[in-house]
Amino acid sequence: MSHLLDRLNFLKSNSLGRFSDGHGHTTNESRDWEDAYRNRWRHDKIVRSTHGVNCTGSCSWKIYVKSGIVTWETQQTDYPRTRTDLPNHEPRGCQRGASYSWYLYSANRVKTPLIRSSMLKAYRGLRKDNSPIEAWTKLQADPILRASFVKTRGMGGFVRASWDESTEIIAAANAYTAKTYGPDRVFGFSPIPAMSMVSYAAGSRYLSLLGGTCMSFYDWYCDLPPASPMTWGEQTDVPESADWYNSGFLMIWGSNVPQTRTPDAHFYTEARYRGTKSAVVSPDYSEACKFGDIWLAPKQGTDAALAMAMGHVILREYHLDRQAEYFEEYARKYTDMPMLVRLDEKDGRLVPGRMLRADDFKGKLKEKNNPEWKTIGFDRTSGDPVVPNGSVGFRWGEKGKWNLQEKAGKDDASLRLSLIMEENHDDVVGVDFPYFGGEASENFTKCEHPDVLTRNIPVRKLELEDGDAYVATVFDLFCANYSLDRGLDGDWTAKSFDDDVPFTPAWAEKITGVPRDQIITVAREFATNAEKTNGKSMIIIGAAMNHWYHMDMNYRGVINMLVMCGCVGQSGGGWSHYVGQEKLRPQTGWAPLAFALDWARPPRHMNSTSAWYAHTDQWRYETLQSKEIVSPTAPDGDWQDASLIDYNIRAERMGWLPSAPSLRTNPLELAKAAKAAGEEIPAYVAGQLTSGKLEMSCEDPDAPENWPRNLFVWRSNLLGSSGKGHEYFLKHLLGTDHGVMGKDLGEEGRQKPIEATWHDEAPEGKLDLLVTIDFRMSTTAVYSDIVLPTASWYEKDDLNTSDMHPFIHPLQAAVDPAYESKSDWEIFKAIAKKFSEVVPGYLGDETDIVNLPILHDTPAEIAQDHVKDWKKGECELIPGKTAPAFATVQRDYPNLYKRFTALGPLMEKVGNGGKGISWNTEVEVQHLKDLNGVVTEEGPTKGLAKIDTGIDAAEVILMLAPETNGEVAVKAWEALSQNTGIDHTHLAKPKEDEKIRFRDVAAQPRKIISSPTWSGIESEHVCYNAGYTNVHELIPWRTLSGRQQLYQDHLWMRAFGEGFCTWRPPVDLKTITADVNGEGEPHVVLNFITPHQKWGIHSTYSDNLLMLTLNRGGPCIWISENDAKTAGIVDNDWVEAFNTNGALTARAVVSQRVKDGMTLMYHAQEKIVNTPGSEKTGKRGGIHNSVTRVVVKPTHMIGAYAQQSYGFNYYGTVGSNRDEFVVIRKMKNVDWLDRPAKEEA
Amino acid sequence: MHQFLFGTLPYIALSILLIGSVARYERDPYTWKSSSSQLLRRKQLILGSVLFHLGVLIIFFGHLFGLLLPVSLYDALGVGHGLKQGLAAIGGGVAGVMAIVGGVMLAHRRFSDPRVRATSSGADNAIILILIAQLGLGLATVPLSLAHMDGHEMVNLMNWANGIITFDGEAASQIEHTAMVFKAHIVLGLIIFILFPFTRLVHMLSAPVRYMWRPGYQVVRTRKGRA
Repeated sequence: MSHLLDRLNFLKSNSLGRFSDGHGHTTNESRDWEDAYRNRWRHDKIVRSTHGVNCTGSCSWKIYVKSGIVTWETQQTDYPRTRTDLPNHEPRGCQRGASYSWYLYSANRVKTPLIRSSMLKAYRGLRKDNSPIEAWTKLQADPILRASFVKTRGMGGFVRASWDESTEIIAAANAYTAKTYGPDRVFGFSPIPAMSMVSYAAGSRYLSLLGGTCMSFYDWYCDLPPASPMTWGEQTDVPESADWYNSGFLMIWGSNVPQTRTPDAHFYTEARYRGTKSAVVSPDYSEACKFGDIWLAPKQGTDAALAMAMGHVILREYHLDRQAEYFEEYARKYTDMPMLVRLDEKDGRLVPGRMLRADDFKGKLKEKNNPEWKTIGFDRTSGDPVVPNGSVGFRWGEKGKWNLQEKAGKDDASLRLSLIMEENHDDVVGVDFPYFGGEASENFTKCEHPDVLTRNIPVRKLELEDGDAYVATVFDLFCANYSLDRGLDGDWTAKSFDDDVPFTPAWAEKITGVPRDQIITVAREFATNAEKTNGKSMIIIGAAMNHWYHMDMNYRGVINMLVMCGCVGQSGGGWSHYVGQEKLRPQTGWAPLAFALDWARPPRHMNSTSAWYAHTDQWRYETLQSKEIVSPTAPDGDWQDASLIDYNIRAERMGWLPSAPSLRTNPLELAKAAKAAGEEIPAYVAGQLTSGKLEMSCEDPDAPENWPRNLFVWRSNLLGSSGKGHEYFLKHLLGTDHGVMGKDLGEEGRQKPIEATWHDEAPEGKLDLLVTIDFRMSTTAVYSDIVLPTASWYEKDDLNTSDMHPFIHPLQAAVDPAYESKSDWEIFKAIAKKFSEVVPGYLGDETDIVNLPILHDTPAEIAQDHVKDWKKGECELIPGKTAPAFATVQRDYPNLYKRFTALGPLMEKVGNGGKGISWNTEVEVQHLKDLNGVVTEEGPTKGLAKIDTGIDAAEVILMLAPETNGEVAVKAWEALSQNTGIDHTHLAKPKEDEKIRFRDVAAQPRKIISSPTWSGIESEHVCYNAGYTNVHELIPWRTLSGRQQLYQDHLWMRAFGEGFCTWRPPVDLKTITADVNGEGEPHVVLNFITPHQKWGIHSTYSDNLLMLTLNRGGPCIWISENDAKTAGIVDNDWVEAFNTNGALTARAVVSQRVKDGMTLMYHAQEKIVNTPGSEKTGKRGGIHNSVTRVVVKPTHMIGAYAQQSYGFNYYGTVGSNRDEFVVIRKMKNVDWLDRPAKEEA
Repeated sequence: MHQFLFGTLPYIALSILLIGSVARYERDPYTWKSSSSQLLRRKQLILGSVLFHLGVLIIFFGHLFGLLLPVSLYDALGVGHGLKQGLAAIGGGVAGVMAIVGGVMLAHRRFSDPRVRATSSGADNAIILILIAQLGLGLATVPLSLAHMDGHEMVNLMNWANGIITFDGEAASQIEHTAMVFKAHIVLGLIIFILFPFTRLVHMLSAPVRYMWRPGYQVVRTRKGRA
């Protein structure tokens, strides 16, 4: 009724009486105003969705819709139950996710396609009289027109454009690039498929049909711990967070669980209530520290030293002084510790060499299949050398013996761990181990020990094919490497924990600052718990430790502790590396959709770190020389002379790492030339390469033919978040304003690379076209030529999984995409359609040559047991063996759109598979035809299953994946059972009839089905835990020895001194030069550490008003009170951090939380919000990556060597950034640069 | 023109005031508020606000009683025109000075404080300036009144106001020869009436005066007995 009339009640009393002695008064006045509060929370519907951001949370949310508008979101509470005695998964969700709906209708939303006006004007001018491709060709041919938009990237000037026009420009540019330079010059960067797998697949499917390059992300983010593939042959596999609850001793090492694993943190709390003991290792007083019974605060970057010391204690007390029975059995059965290593002679001294192989013996120990890839141990009873099952040689070319049974072939074979007993060794010899702790930059402690430590080892002398040789077990070398005295005399071993010998607790105390008694206590408690519980000690690690240049040492140090104590593969124990939402659970179902494997194989993949290192010209500024990192015990070779990019070029040449672009000549033209020459393509390419007529692109990254030309960025903020060397990206790749202050090797007159061609003038502006697809105007979008508006996470249908929980659940369109936005699937469909429209007559049916590196989990992975470079004439170029394979792929460009929207014939013809096994998929393809319908239109796709909508695409994934289709799971386990000779199908049989569809996950998150793609199982009895099937089903790890590989015997590993884990101080990047830091103003030099933030997930949410309001509202860095005092900084001052790489501006947070000598800058705080100009560079402040530069590590380039073989996001160089130092000083003038980029003339 | 401004405009203004206020109360109840900026900044607010509101209230009631009660009532009570005019001029003058000092403080705060400025609407900014102008005009009439202490002009104004509320078509003629400053004051007053429903001034109508005699500290609004 009327509000006014309701109030006009003066004439009748509304009083109904008093109470409480007249203090209370009951009335009957109108209560309609209360409806305002009720309506505030009233809604029309609730739709299940989630946040497709790179976050392991993967929480299911309720999205509320009111009058067609998304109003707010709350946590879903309907996860499937856990088993008795285990807490449930709820609640899952955090403040960041709860603020997402703000984005949908915010000012920062990209609402229409946007194009930089300078480009659009030029294109429209040319388009009047030309076809789209001609117009683009002329635009590229005119240097002034090209520069008009290249040099203004990041300086505004966007205008609205139609979908039709923007897709036309993109299609024309892609076609022009494919024809002119080659399709592999079209790059696409999108990370973390698990966060929205259909959206990822949309772009990668388009690129793969085109022949474009899909760029990796996990390694580039430095989330990939190369130690994991080295040790386990596994990219990353970890326990779900519920398994923390089963642990008896939880170490939290450089992970900030409550802050960055917020929805899982309750399991940590619950574990503490259950009685689990916990130690927290963190240099700063993070939120996690308060959970611990003890907090260890090592100096940042010294984790390996701490882990080595703990390993020293564990070995001493649980393996040597007393051999814990469980540990001994575990070491014998599941690790390479009993395997034999040859000791090589170098300059009259002995160093650990390759692992002994069957091939080394006369008669090869009767092994005919792959004897060079079968490792050897001594039988415990007979003392004879045997070839135990499970090594990689058994994996390929034969069936039934690739398992971890204690057998050699059909005979029982229990291995001898150590030769220490008098009767078991022939001799005791001195073996050299490298020591790197004697040299360190001024900011880290160095310990004055020599660079080579010789220790005594018990050895056996064996008569081998090439003469007599000493061999030792890995275990004996391993103990010597930890400096443990075993009564063999000699130097550099410790009898007491207080000895000043590397790797004792006393030694570690000096380097890490952690008191030795704390180190000893924690190591003992960790091991004691593991012994009593059969391995229920767990270490949770965050990215922090993995971001140092020598991350492998940190990780292997920790992994060694876990393996010594038998924790890996045991529920409640193991290695919990939670970094990035890396677990794409239905991976093998998704890959065909994502990489168009249903139409053509193989796709083009590239490891991003090496690509960006080359293409953003960061290699031209390299300050780290090989001689600083090479081992004093390195085998012969030009290790010191080659620069880091030289190593990468060699790796690409030998087929270790992928290449993009791969060949200087357009592969489409090359295929024509091969045909004209009447030769088979691989032979033709090999001949051309050997003769030098054909050049690999990697040898001259700055030649215009070798530039990446088009780049798509979607589901990512490459420039605003992960782009290490941000300013180099701006300078060389984009060609716009930048803040690089250093000089390149040429200008500095320093030694230049041997293999890479040097151009005195570095190119600027390599990209012809940068397209970003996003829902918000991110830093990357701001620098793009074309920005396309995508649907938000509440406006599209997609799938989401995580490593932290075993469920698959959806993103769903709660409302239609707002404004003119479309889902990624629809966007790439539109581009594909436009491409098919513009391309006929220009490109047709074409033959493409794809350069394929030697891949892990394929029979080729055992290609190179010795390192030989064909270019140096050390061997012949044999594609797929001594060099990359050159695969022929047929492209049908005019029918690209039709192929995009139908499931191609290869799924029926070739089948599907993953991780070294394959199975038939005819049944699943038929089911998809029935479910999605078939294409009825005439043409090459008639009769094939349709993939029209995002939901159709999701159904393809769910139908083909063993994790979501029980029938496929059983087939997959059957395939693996053939290899191992053990029946594993019981793991999936009970779920054979289960088929998870999109509408099922829409109703409720579903637990996935156990599959051989992963090393854990889903069961009623244990939580998901990595390595579980290796230990309990005796499936070998996918490594050289088939066991957990603690000794890395590849030539390059030994050359760089990392055969065994050791302590390597952070490298000196020399970025604070007198040039940059000339003035004498108060300042402080600090180690630049970039952990994850509380108020954002990477850069997402860092521009969200709600999150900005909860923190300082813009970029900030943390510094300690003492450092602040030195530099005259008080809390909330504007400060500038800089080095030769560039500069950034931020407010200072002065806090006792932070250690002296380091600064924390939460990574990925967008520079589009509240960021003033830098006084140093005169440019807008910069992001955290403005002061970093990527530095690659040669050991990550190793390939064609069992577990050290390339796999997309599995192995390869990683973008570390923690060794960087910056100068921090207070800003005098805070200039917001609120004026046009260029004054009008 | 004179007839329009002083004979017609008052009815237009009062109509808009009445209909506009009712309509806003019904249609946009959530905009019915004083829009206090006290949460943003207390500085200058308390003193300025108290001075301004106290002054304006005195003036308001002064005008209410002074203009709207019939002239005959004062005559019957024996209040001389001169005395009343003197009271009005002096009382109104003092109150006017209070209000204008408070108003200027509030205006200064509104325009100089970045937080308050950022959250001010155009109407917020305009109304404080108009009120100050009106207070200025009102004070400008005081010397004029003091020059003619016979109360003649005042009676004309009272007659005009009485005429307006009694729907006397000739009301405007009562003040045909009144000084311009009075006329300007009246016209601006009528404009304020027109603006009233569209500004924060509506909070006047919801002043919680009743709280002063409302019984009980705890008010329970029952659900019983309501449809």
